[in-house]
Amino acid sequence: MPAPIRLRELIRTIRTARTQAEEREMIQKECAAIRSSFREEDNTYRCRNVAKLLYMHMLGYPAHFGQLECLKLIASQKFTDKRIGYLGAMLLLDERQDVHLLMTNCIKNDLNHSTQYVQGLALCTLGCMGSSEMCRDLAGEVEKLLKTSNSYLRKKAALCAVHVIRKVPELMEMFLPATKNLLNEKNHGVLHTSVVLLTEMCERSPDMLAHFRKNEKLVPQLVRILKNLIMSGYSPEHDVSGISDPFLQVRILRLLRILGRNDDDSSEAMNDILAQVATNTETSKNVGNAILYETVLTIMDIKSESGLRVLAINILGRFLLNNDKNIRYVALTSLLKTVQTDHNAVQRHRSTIVDCLKDLDVSIKRRAMELSFALVNGNNIRGMMKELLYFLDSCEPEFKADCASGIFLAAEKYAPSKRWHIDTIMRVLTTAGSYVRDDAVPNLIQLITNSVEMHAYTVQRLYKAILGDYSQQPLVQVAAWCIGEYGDLLISGQCEEEEPIQVTEDEVLDILESVLISNMSTSVTRGYALTAIMKLSTRFTCTVNRIKKVVSIYGSSIDVELQQRAVEYNALFKKYDHMRSALLERMPVMEKVTTNGPTEIVQTNGETEPAPLETKPPPSGPQPTSQANDLLDLLGGNDITPVIPTAPTSKPASAGGELLDLLGDINLTGAPAAAPAPASVPQISQPPFLLDGLSSQPLFNDIATGIPSITAYSKNGLKIEFTFERSHTNPSVTVITIQASNSTELDMTDFVFQAAVPKTFQLQLLSPSSSVVPAFNTGTITQVIKVLNPQKQQLRMRIKLTYNHKGSAMQDLAEVNNFPPQSWQ
Amino acid sequence: MQFMLLFSRQGKLRLQKWYVPLSDKEKKKITRELVQTVLARKPKMCSFLEWRDLKIVYKRYASLYFCCAIEDQDNELITLEIIHRYVELLDKYFGSVCELDIIFNFEKAYFILDEFLLGGEVQETSKKNVLKAIEQADLLQEKIE
Repeated sequence: MPAPIRLRELIRTIRTARTQAEEREMIQKECAAIRSSFREEDNTYRCRNVAKLLYMHMLGYPAHFGQLECLKLIASQKFTDKRIGYLGAMLLLDERQDVHLLMTNCIKNDLNHSTQYVQGLALCTLGCMGSSEMCRDLAGEVEKLLKTSNSYLRKKAALCAVHVIRKVPELMEMFLPATKNLLNEKNHGVLHTSVVLLTEMCERSPDMLAHFRKNEKLVPQLVRILKNLIMSGYSPEHDVSGISDPFLQVRILRLLRILGRNDDDSSEAMNDILAQVATNTETSKNVGNAILYETVLTIMDIKSESGLRVLAINILGRFLLNNDKNIRYVALTSLLKTVQTDHNAVQRHRSTIVDCLKDLDVSIKRRAMELSFALVNGNNIRGMMKELLYFLDSCEPEFKADCASGIFLAAEKYAPSKRWHIDTIMRVLTTAGSYVRDDAVPNLIQLITNSVEMHAYTVQRLYKAILGDYSQQPLVQVAAWCIGEYGDLLISGQCEEEEPIQVTEDEVLDILESVLISNMSTSVTRGYALTAIMKLSTRFTCTVNRIKKVVSIYGSSIDVELQQRAVEYNALFKKYDHMRSALLERMPVMEKVTTNGPTEIVQTNGETEPAPLETKPPPSGPQPTSQANDLLDLLGGNDITPVIPTAPTSKPASAGGELLDLLGDINLTGAPAAAPAPASVPQISQPPFLLDGLSSQPLFNDIATGIPSITAYSKNGLKIEFTFERSHTNPSVTVITIQASNSTELDMTDFVFQAAVPKTFQLQLLSPSSSVVPAFNTGTITQVIKVLNPQKQQLRMRIKLTYNHKGSAMQDLAEVNNFPPQSWQ
Repeated sequence: MQFMLLFSRQGKLRLQKWYVPLSDKEKKKITRELVQTVLARKPKMCSFLEWRDLKIVYKRYASLYFCCAIEDQDNELITLEIIHRYVELLDKYFGSVCELDIIFNFEKAYFILDEFLLGGEVQETSKKNVLKAIEQADLLQEKIE
């Protein structure tokens, strides 16, 4: 058998292969030769063959059949064999295979070998890939070598011990005695590895940590060593760019960090040296900055005095200006860690941080963005937001979602004005609309409803935004919702903040229908669009038929969600048309609800996914006895208070029934307060005043109080009478009881009574007794209205009646002007 | 340090040192992914990147990429110095080292690394001492042979 080819020969040959296939062929041929050579138990060339195998393994080819051969090499007496054998073991064997345990005995022997380089091989292999079992078996040998005076072996033993401790933490104790004099060494290798060992022990065990702090007085020792390193003259052996043994300095600083953490005494003992290192270290090269970096980390983590902390942050600030982007990266990372605790100090470097947003490196940009958000506050919000919006525009897609979320959060916390807030949201939606997170949409909608005076402006801007492009789903969803809600403002051209645009009802419906049809719209977006179209049926006047048509078409949509909505909306048009305006009326201002309150959300209609109010509410339930806005508009436009008794918010129902509490909430939710007149202010702002009126008085006062009742309405057989009583406790309150009777021969069903009063009044409607006015005057519906009239103005009221009679839906509006003076004076 | 990889601009592996136990399959997967990621980096980018839960420190010397994976509490900047020190050692040993030296003498590259680092930590901070040890070991090798 010819001698197996040499390693270099093989490498050269393989490199001549021009294709992958050619290479594979060569490899296979050689592997076959090696295998037969192994079978022959050839000692001479085993080393060469294993070396070749290792090369082929690096190329990616299987080499497991060489594992046992490595073991044989390790057992050999020749140093060359051992060298390759141990290398092979580290490359081919791993602790999952039982084979590796066969090494243990060899290693044990070699740890006691007469030649230090053989011992070194054994220590290296054990410290690199020793399994827990091996470590347990050999820990004693390692411990012995830790105490040797041979620095070459001592340093290796120290790191081997570190590995043993990592694998089998319980063995830590046994190395403790050996650590006693480790730091007295002069040899830097031993010093370095000893510091690593001590660090490992202190990190793993609080007891060890305490022991080293108190008993061994580690801190002064380390301080001394560090001082020597800095103060001593040039030492060629350990010099790196004018700095003496930076590796050791960094490790010492790291150990000091652990020792000083949460410990005042230790922290104080190292204060001076830290300041010294921080001020004296040369910063022109990376090596100096590496030491400064470690120093800063230590200063920030221990109980350092504030002067030192400021020094550290300033170092980081200087890092930010460094040309070397690695340094900038490291600075941003560190600042991010300290921004919570040393906020003001970091603020000083804000402009530099913001500049880093324009860096080319992705990691730097990300950190700069995170840091920027952490630094935003009420004072710098305008400037910061400008930068952040610019960043949002130009950054990589992977950032946009986080950036958008961050901007929303910051805007919510620090917005200087509502207009600014809306503008910012608009900007985000239009720039990064498709990256905005799903949960942002409901939050934004809630925000918009709260900015009552901005509704017209908002809907106008949103309309303009989607006119050009309706592909960004979150933007389209918010826009659709707003158009559905405030479409009336849109077409009426009421915008104060900017030039109002001229939009017709048809144009608005056009865009909504386009969204519905578009392939780009998701199912959710379509839902928003359909509901918006439906809502416009009560806000638009000319295009109701068009809306009806659209809605009926989608009654057969494949999309189940759309189909359901369309079917229900259809029903609203047909059977429940009298309820339509009430159901689709303007959303009340939504209370900002914390995520802990699911019940609240239910009551506020705050599910911003404007699900259709399920058409299960039977008319006799707690009806939305509300004031439709269109009703109010007719009473004179701007004078009218949109009283919103049906905004059930978080207040629990009191004794008087849930609706009674609503009045309290009306004042809180910021519906424009009724009486501007100062004189009566105290009474208006007390929510329970009307409750007083009720609780302290029986509902039906005796007529003996002498206020004559009136017939408020009488038409088509429907008669409504008002009876009055004044509250004893509150002279501004008038309680009106209405009675509706029906003289025709057929019942009036689904009867809904609504009322509106001028702005200076407040009104509360309680639940009616039923919704059917029986025929032939056989019964009545009674309902209580409470009116607050602090200015003692003449009572006027406009009422709206809707009911079904003789198979058709009836509706009527009337004004009641014949209130007796005693009811309001 | 969890591992160190050396690879060429074409993505060919020249050295792999693992300080954590992983199966061959896992090592191959990590190597493939990391090589791809690092090779995709533009020259202007910084030497650090986050990858899985590790910090990757890499530096290019001529046609070779030196890539280390360190843990959260390790100092990135000093790792750059560690890489540089290793390159200096190779350079001194081979005399103006180039990629071919490492290809044809990969076992020597490992031996040198094993005198500089042990278990992922620096064992000797003196360049002179590392080179002396290698020299002596080489002599030992020749003597017995």
